[in-house]
Amino acid sequence: MRLNDDLIESDIAAYLEKHEHKSLLRFITCGSVDDGKSTLIGRLLYDAKMIFEDQLASLESDSKKVGTQGENIDFALLVDGLTAEREQGITIDVAYRFFATDKRKFIVADTPGHEQYTRNMATGASTADVAILMVDARKGILTQTRRHSFITTLLGIRKVVLAINKMDLVGYSQQAYDDIVDDFYAFADELATDLEIQPIPMSALEGVNITSKSNETDWYDGPSLMDYLETVPVGDRRLNTPFRMPVQWVNRPNLDFRGFSGQIAAGSLQPGDRVKSMPSGKQSTVQRIVTATGDLDQAVAGQSVTITLDDEIDCSRGDVLVSADDPSEVSDQFQARILWMSETPLLPGRRYLLKMGAKTVTATVNAPKYGIDVNTLNDVPAKTLELNQIGVTTLSLDQPVPYDPYDVNREMGGFILIDRMTNDTVGLGLVDFALRRASNIHWQAMDIDRSALAEQKGQKPAVLWFTGLSGSGKSTIANALQKLLFAQGKHTFTLDGDNVRHGLNRDLGFTDADRVENIRRVANVARLMSDAGLITLVSFISPFRSERQMARNLMADGEFIEVYVDTPLSVAEDRDVKGLYKKARAGEIKNFTGIDSPYEPPQAAELRIDTVNNSPEEAAEVILDFMREKGLLNGG
Amino acid sequence: MKTLTHLDRLEAESLHIIREVAAECENPVMLYSVGKDSAVMLHLAMKAFYPSRPPFPLMHVDTTWKFREMIEFRDRKAKELGFDLLVHVNEEGVRDGVGPFSHGSAVHTDVMKTQGLKQALNKYKFDAAFGGARRDEEKSRAKERIFSFRSAEHRWDPKRQRPEPWNVYNTRINQGESVRVFPLSNWTELDIWQYIRRENIEIVPLYFAAPRPVVNWNGVDIMVDDDRMPEELAKTAVTKSVRFRTLGCYPLTGAVESTAATLEDIIQEMLLTTTSERQGRVIDADQSGSMEKKKQEGYF
Ligand SMILES: Nc1nc2c(ncn2[C@@H]2O[C@H](COP(=O)(O)OP(=O)(O)OP(=O)(O)O)[C@@H](O)[C@H]2O)c(=O)[nH]1
Ligand SMILES: [Mg+2]
Repeated sequence: MRLNDDLIESDIAAYLEKHEHKSLLRFITCGSVDDGKSTLIGRLLYDAKMIFEDQLASLESDSKKVGTQGENIDFALLVDGLTAEREQGITIDVAYRFFATDKRKFIVADTPGHEQYTRNMATGASTADVAILMVDARKGILTQTRRHSFITTLLGIRKVVLAINKMDLVGYSQQAYDDIVDDFYAFADELATDLEIQPIPMSALEGVNITSKSNETDWYDGPSLMDYLETVPVGDRRLNTPFRMPVQWVNRPNLDFRGFSGQIAAGSLQPGDRVKSMPSGKQSTVQRIVTATGDLDQAVAGQSVTITLDDEIDCSRGDVLVSADDPSEVSDQFQARILWMSETPLLPGRRYLLKMGAKTVTATVNAPKYGIDVNTLNDVPAKTLELNQIGVTTLSLDQPVPYDPYDVNREMGGFILIDRMTNDTVGLGLVDFALRRASNIHWQAMDIDRSALAEQKGQKPAVLWFTGLSGSGKSTIANALQKLLFAQGKHTFTLDGDNVRHGLNRDLGFTDADRVENIRRVANVARLMSDAGLITLVSFISPFRSERQMARNLMADGEFIEVYVDTPLSVAEDRDVKGLYKKARAGEIKNFTGIDSPYEPPQAAELRIDTVNNSPEEAAEVILDFMREKGLLNGG
Repeated sequence: MKTLTHLDRLEAESLHIIREVAAECENPVMLYSVGKDSAVMLHLAMKAFYPSRPPFPLMHVDTTWKFREMIEFRDRKAKELGFDLLVHVNEEGVRDGVGPFSHGSAVHTDVMKTQGLKQALNKYKFDAAFGGARRDEEKSRAKERIFSFRSAEHRWDPKRQRPEPWNVYNTRINQGESVRVFPLSNWTELDIWQYIRRENIEIVPLYFAAPRPVVNWNGVDIMVDDDRMPEELAKTAVTKSVRFRTLGCYPLTGAVESTAATLEDIIQEMLLTTTSERQGRVIDADQSGSMEKKKQEGYF
């Protein structure tokens, strides 16, 4: 690194002092395939004299071997570092490069233009302050240009250089430049109202308007790219927002010390400040801000510290310490924008792991409300999200988490979705708002009625009433269904002969009267359970139509689902898993349904299950589909 | 209000990364190579958990060809800071007499370093290993994630890296898989030196210029560190004032002529030099793209 600063030779200590206090700008290059992003970064590094002699020597030989510029230097090879990239002449993954000028330090992420690698582009963009959006002067604004400008604004970048590149190939025509700029402004109007755009005509290949203004474009009176990058204002807007610190690690070296370690995500903190631990909402006062080099009297956003509190409040990894005066909200249901990043499309209703800050929870991602067409920015219908698709959806979490909307704070509102089987990172999400708040304050004020109880579980209550002959397969199917529901994070309970006949109903026999009383009690228990917000699976022979009707009448509208497990007597008797039919035929059991006591088949059951042609697992899937259709699997 | 300097920010980011591993991984280890980057990483680990001790051991994959001063420094440092130090040597390689003079840099590095590392990771079943690599070191490193996923065979697949937005790291793996974690990803060579200076971090004296016996081997000056150097070669030794920009196996580490005896001198020299720090590493020069290949095979 050869900086043109005489201080290096005359007074190195003074130079280092100056260098250490330079501001940092993080930027990315983005835009469509082959528009010259990597070439530009290579050029920038080269012109800023960031390339060492040995690196230059291998660049020259690599250019001849695999370059796209014949005998000349292919600057893209300075950043396209993977063998596959060099072979194909494209960028596949982000390259991070670091350089400094006399005015500033820079971290640049050169991102891939290929649509296939959009997720890598998003990785680079997520931490950037400025985006250089490259456009090939011959091609103008393409779909991919629009996609990338959409993603950069989505992720919060508000400063964009519209780099009209390859001007050498259009004879540095002002007309060509103006047309593209107009085109982009028309599109950008829809993107974000506070977007700041700096258009610059350039040739990355020939170094025009990169480090200084060039004669080729005498009609252009804006800055060179480097002028812009060195002077564009950067500030940490997180500093003036309320204090937030996700707790990463509880620091407990001995019984006398209990500290909370984390990186401050917003605001600042001083000993004596009142803080709350979210989601519990418990309050305390900051005692010390501990670091290895001594206690601090103030800590600010971006710093990694350890905090001790005056009181022994409950606080663990994943909780967030927040300003007591201005706490964050807590919720377990969100609307969010999602960028899908996996070849396997989003499976609505499936549970993914969601990691936000230091917290990992399970989240059911519901079917998208709509997708976004990156070309027109219009909403389009979407049943799922495919690789690189962006959509708006709701999520239900298995527990409440503290958050701020993404547009207020990236750290408090940005999350990733992880597939639970492959462990791949499959989605990137931005919290827009909570569908309902779950902060403690609100809970206390609220009447805890049946809908609150169901909402708390993020589900709709239902009673699945399995009826059918002894040995027809009711319990087996109910069990299979319960597993599926459980896997979706639903709270369920099964009532069957085993857990009812031995306790609550142990005084009842099998006479018709006792059978009626048996069902009356079971139906009432099921009703209480659905009031508690549970999905209850009842599996009783319940042979009489009138008793089943009585049970139906007890439940709220639409919550009773009668499932007729239709197994012909001969089949059930053939199976005779428990040997009961044999005993009944032998007269050892009296009043046995189907033998010497009638079974009245349902006439209008919600579902009829044919167990002869379906396995229990298939039957469970059928019931689950039915529940999904009826909206019973959505949040509460 | 206090404004953070660049080094403050880098430090904070690294502490966050190190803590995230401690909190989420079951059996992490810190790979300690005894060089300047390792020294910084160790210092950051101490800071991340203060007043607790870092909840993981250090591990050094010893190729048996490191500078003697490095080994002394390693043992003293681990003891001083109270770390458990695991030293792993590929005993099969030792048995076969593998070394840089007899087998060349490529075979030696593969057997003693890459295979040795894999053996050690398998032996202790580590699910996460910190490494001190930086993105500014080399062009394929510039592409690597901070949490870099490895298959059960320790392979890196550069075409299938996990997206890594913001500072939200996915640490989840299946049985047998692991992650390599690079807390210094965003540091440059200059940042490292400035931080060493600011924090007064002790480093192996080989980084400072001193009169040392060197011989010219394959075009680079290497130091005569013990009597395993072939006699013919050792005979040609001359004493020069040299220092090292990176440290590794002594026969594979090129010395630079220098009189830089203080940190300021070193930084000044670095800022004025026209070659990169990796130039002195014999192993990298083998072929363009060789680092990526080695990494795919499990090299750090
Ligand atoms: N004539 C001309 N050619 C250019 C210019 N900039 C880039 N190129 C050429 O355009 C081709 C693509 O350049 P890259 O830098 O690889 O493009 P990219 O945008 O990084 O491509 P991806 O990362 O794969 O999307 C190469 O052959 C470059 O040499 C320019 O200003 N003028
Ligand atoms: Mg590129």
